[in-house]
Amino acid sequence: MEAIYLSFILVLAIFLGFELIAKVPSTLHTPLMSGSNAISGITVIGALTAANSGSADLALWLGTAAVALATINVVGGYMVTDRMLAMFKKKG
Amino acid sequence: MMNAENILFSINLVYIVSAILFVYGLKMLSSPATARKGNLLSSVGMLIAIVGTLFNEIKLPWENIVAGLVIGSLIGSIAARKVEMTGMPELVALFNGFGGASSLLVGLVAAFSTGNSTFVNVTIILSILIGGVTLTGSLVAYGKLSERMPSKAIQFGGQQIFNGLLVLAIIVSSVMFCLNPSIDSVWLIAVIGLSLVFGIMITIPIGGADMPVVIALLNSYSGLAACAAGFVLNNNLLIVAGSLVGASGLILTNIMCKAMNRSLSNVLFSGFGAAKVSTTQVEGEVKPITADDAYLILEAAQNVVIVPGYGMAVAQAQHVVRELSDLLEENGCEVQFAIHPVAGRMPGHMNVLLAEANVPYDQLVEMDHINPQISNMDVAIVIGANDVVNPAANDDENSPLYGMPVINVNQARTVFVLKRSMGAGFSGVDNPLFFGENTRMLFGDAKESISHIVTEFKG
Repeated sequence: MEAIYLSFILVLAIFLGFELIAKVPSTLHTPLMSGSNAISGITVIGALTAANSGSADLALWLGTAAVALATINVVGGYMVTDRMLAMFKKKG
Repeated sequence: MMNAENILFSINLVYIVSAILFVYGLKMLSSPATARKGNLLSSVGMLIAIVGTLFNEIKLPWENIVAGLVIGSLIGSIAARKVEMTGMPELVALFNGFGGASSLLVGLVAAFSTGNSTFVNVTIILSILIGGVTLTGSLVAYGKLSERMPSKAIQFGGQQIFNGLLVLAIIVSSVMFCLNPSIDSVWLIAVIGLSLVFGIMITIPIGGADMPVVIALLNSYSGLAACAAGFVLNNNLLIVAGSLVGASGLILTNIMCKAMNRSLSNVLFSGFGAAKVSTTQVEGEVKPITADDAYLILEAAQNVVIVPGYGMAVAQAQHVVRELSDLLEENGCEVQFAIHPVAGRMPGHMNVLLAEANVPYDQLVEMDHINPQISNMDVAIVIGANDVVNPAANDDENSPLYGMPVINVNQARTVFVLKRSMGAGFSGVDNPLFFGENTRMLFGDAKESISHIVTEFKG
């Protein structure tokens, strides 16, 4: 049942994604991509809980590396997107 | 006192709020006026998701958490601050790779626990596979974009067979692991290694000109990898956020393919232009013009459309082009910038480069917007663009570009083409535009030519 329930969420979220992204104008496609980089950094919350104090040393190291990599995406992605979007100004 | 179950319940409530903020953030990206606020909203969603997760009792030891977050934040913020706007494709390619690597590692760490159900083991394999392919595929894309490795397509005999065998080996290893799952399983190591090799194999046969499609596709994979990790950990927020990114990458991939009039399989499996060679001879005379004469025509113009290509950014001419646009507007002329979807080195790249040069976003228009009104334009100025304004794409069935949507600058009253010399574009295809009745070639460095016209306007 677990698999079905998760797949349900997957399918609905993909449809929602298509609807949302189709409305983003091509002017903003580069910030959209760097912004998605940031959002895909959501794996950080998985990385934080994948291993715990009871795990093998190797698992702890791999988990820490996963946290660091995902955090690069989160922090770098949001910051660079903000930097770009700040440059888009209206006439006058 | 809160027990473990209550804490998990509360964390999931926080995740719902995060999901809402992500969706709202993307929704606000539908206009440049609200986009920045949307990005901020999305980042708040991420922050509360991370903080909420830290309340979970089952997690990494604190020193590991702090180390990971601090190192990641440092690298991320330095990269975001240092990167030049022209280098954005490389940065996005790298970030795609990090996202993939992170999902690979999360899958791998999950394989350490014993007693996983078969379903979980299958998702662990998926997470490692998609993550691994995304990691090495992105690193190759980064190498090609930054010219640290040759950007042309690398193909060799038996490539298809080799890739076929690779896929077979991946399937066999995956099944063997799932039948007898263990962290010490050689099949697990095989899946990791093979997925890394596979990522390289699917990216090297793709030429540099097609990299915009590839980074959009890898963007999508990085989202799907996060989804797979979400299945492993039974985490809804990972699945929702990953799906949003996956959908975004797929849409961009599709837009890019359409703009080049090619199918995705054509981009992925064949080098460009190998199949067809144009047999049509381009006839006519090239009519050069001096910057002085160009100034006189521009001074009398009411409507001007500027069509920039990546050549403009290479010549660092965007600032002086913006200056020209300002002067034309002061002179009572209406100026628009027409941007082809594949101008620049990634989706939307040209818009960012122009925004950096302070061109207001309401002056940036899409191909489909400008084409119906282009015959009313007094002057079309083509700067550093070639294939995206090639009229052969519309009317020469023998042209390799035939069928690709282009900006029909040849229908404007006068066309200025700024170019260093006569030469074919990225695709190596002749451009009949240069020989057109109403075309004037302004030879020389684009930046110098425009500067000259700007000086005339001021003087």
